[in-house]
Amino acid sequence: MDNDTFPPFIVTPEIDDEANKRIGQYPDDKKRSAVLPLLHIIQHNFGFIDSVATEWVASKLGLEPMQVQEVVSFYPGLREHAPGKYHMRICRTLSCAMTGSAELMQRLCELTGIDRSKSDSHHNPIAVSPCGQWSVEFAECLASCGTGPVCMVNDDFHEAVTPDNAQDLLDKYDSASKS
Amino acid sequence: MSNITYLPGKEPDQREHRLIFKNIDREGWDNSIDCYIKDGGYEQLKKAFKMEPQAITNEVKTSGLRGRGGAGFPTGVKWGFIPPNNTKPVYLICNCDESEPGTFKDRYIVHQDPHQLIEGMIISAYAVGANTAYIYIREEFPEASGILEKAIEDARAKNFLGDDILGSGFNLEIYLHRGAGAYICGEETGLIESLEGKRPYPRIKPPYFPAALGLYMSPTIVNNVESLCHVKHIIGMGGEEYAKLGTPRNTGTRILCVSGDVKKPGYYEVEVGKITMGELLNDVCGGPKNGRKFKAVIPGGSSAKIMRCEETYEIKNPDGSQRNLSFYDIPMDFDTIAACGSMAGSGGVIVMDDSRKISWVLNNINHFYAHESCGQCTPCREGSMWMRKISDRIANGEATPEDVQTLEDVAYQIDGRTVCAFGEAASWPVEAIISKFRDELEAETSEENEYLSDEAKRQLAFINQ
Repeated sequence: MDNDTFPPFIVTPEIDDEANKRIGQYPDDKKRSAVLPLLHIIQHNFGFIDSVATEWVASKLGLEPMQVQEVVSFYPGLREHAPGKYHMRICRTLSCAMTGSAELMQRLCELTGIDRSKSDSHHNPIAVSPCGQWSVEFAECLASCGTGPVCMVNDDFHEAVTPDNAQDLLDKYDSASKS
Repeated sequence: MSNITYLPGKEPDQREHRLIFKNIDREGWDNSIDCYIKDGGYEQLKKAFKMEPQAITNEVKTSGLRGRGGAGFPTGVKWGFIPPNNTKPVYLICNCDESEPGTFKDRYIVHQDPHQLIEGMIISAYAVGANTAYIYIREEFPEASGILEKAIEDARAKNFLGDDILGSGFNLEIYLHRGAGAYICGEETGLIESLEGKRPYPRIKPPYFPAALGLYMSPTIVNNVESLCHVKHIIGMGGEEYAKLGTPRNTGTRILCVSGDVKKPGYYEVEVGKITMGELLNDVCGGPKNGRKFKAVIPGGSSAKIMRCEETYEIKNPDGSQRNLSFYDIPMDFDTIAACGSMAGSGGVIVMDDSRKISWVLNNINHFYAHESCGQCTPCREGSMWMRKISDRIANGEATPEDVQTLEDVAYQIDGRTVCAFGEAASWPVEAIISKFRDELEAETSEENEYLSDEAKRQLAFINQ
C-alpha cells in the first residue's frame, strides 16, 4: 500500500507494553475485549490499520484474523487506508448541517486541493489531497451541536469553523496549506 | 460554599439550577483532583461508605432519578434488577458514548469535571456490588480520554480507587474503553458487545437485560454519565431532598442542549418540568433569529418525534380530565412531553425556523440512521437505507406523491419489529415528520417524476432489457 505519510507497522517494545497494559484491563479469559484498544494503539501510531496489523492483533489476543477484521471493517473511526497527515472530520448531522457544514466541507476541499468525488462513502470515505498533507471525511454528530459547524483535525477539536475562517484553521497546522 | 463565579460570557441563565454543571465554565476551576477535593469533593463518597449498599439504592429510588441518557428509566429500579442470589461478578458501565444528535452535555462533564463522574461511579459501584467498572467513551473525545485516565490515576493514588477504599473493605477498579465512532454503541447491549471485542450488534431484551445477562453474561448496570453524577448529589443531600427539585415523577435537574435556529444555542441546566418550551426558546435562548419564526422543534435528540410550534395537544390530567396544552406551554419534563406524542429523550432540543425545508431536515436525519444501522436485523438494515433513498428523491425534487406514502409505510414496518430500539429511533422521525408535514412534503413531489427521475429510468431500463 502506497503511503509516505506514516511509518510502516512494526511492533516496538513500547507498543507491546501498551498492548499488554490494555489487555490487563479485562479478565484473563476475556482478552477479546482488548481488540478495540489495540486497534487504537495501531491507528494512533501508524495512521491506519492494514492486514499485517490486523493479523498481529489476532495472534496477540488468540483470535482468528476475521474476528479482528470484522471489527476493523465495522467502525467508522477505524481506517484501513492512509489518511493525510492532518485528517479532518467534519460533522454532517442536522444541527451542524443547519449552520453550514456542507459549505465548510466544500471550502476545505477547495483550499486543500482535495477532490471528494474520488472517495467512496462505503469502503473508503476518506479523500486525501494530492500532496498527502490533508484528508477529509464527513463524520456523524460530534456532540457539540450548539457551536457548529464543528470538526476535528486529528485529535484536536474545533468549534464554529466556517468557510470564512477555514483558512485560519488550516494555517494552525501548516501554513503552506495548498498542496 | 464559596462564592461561585463563571467565566465572562458563560454565566448561567437566571432560570438555571446548576447542580451537575456547577463547575462548568467556573472561574478559578480546573479538572484536577486537588481542585475537586478543595471544593468538598469525595466527601459524598465518605458519607456513602457509612451506609449499606442497599440503603444507597433506596436513596436513589426515593430521589426518583430517571436515566439521563435518553430512555428516562428510573435508575434505582434498574439497579434493583440484579438477581438477588447472584454469584457472578457485577459490572458497572458508564455510557459516555454521547452520540444522539442534538446532545452535548456529557462532553463538558468529562472534560471539565471528571471527578464528579468518578465519585458518582464509585458510589454507584458500591451500591450495586461492582468491583470492576468501565467508562465506555466515544472515540471522538480523545482529550477527555486522557483527562479521565489521569483522573482515575489520581483517584487511585488517594485510595479512592483500588483495594480497600478508604478502609471500607470495598475494592473497585475503573478502566477506560474507547469506542470507534459507532452510534449503536450508545445502545447498552451494543455497548456491551463492543466492550467484549465484537461488532456492536445489540442483544434482544428479554432475555438479555444487562442487569441479568450483561458484560460477559454477568449482571451489569449501564448508566449515562449525567445519571451517575446525579447519584453523588443524591447521597449528598438525601433522596427526599433531591426529589423536591423538579416536579412529581420528574424530579431533579437536567441539562438541556439547545441547538439550531435560536439566538443563543447552548447548554442549560434546569429543574425538570419547571421551565416551559416557550420560556426555554424565547427567554433563555433569546427567541428566533431576526426576521424568522419558529417552525418545528425536536425536543429530545433526533430520535424524538418532531413537534410543530403551532400545535395544541389534548392531554390527560392525573385525575383523568382532559386539558389543552399549546406547544409553548409544555413543561420540559419527561411525562408531559411523552403525553404530547414525543419524548424528552437525551435533552437535545433541535429548533427549526421557517427558513428550513422539512424535506431537507428529514433527509439529513435519514442519512444519519441509514449510516448508523448496525445491519443485523432486516427491517432496520433494509428499511433505513430504503427510507434514505426515498427522502433523497423527495429532497431533490425527484419523488412522486406515492413516495411519501411508501416512506411512511416502510417506517411503520420497521417500528416495533427490530432487535433494539434503533428501529424506533430510525422510524419515529419519519412517522412524525410525515404525520405533521405531509402537505409540505407532497408539495415537493410530482406525478411526472414517475417517468422522469433517474431512478425511474434505471428501473424501466432494467425491466425492459
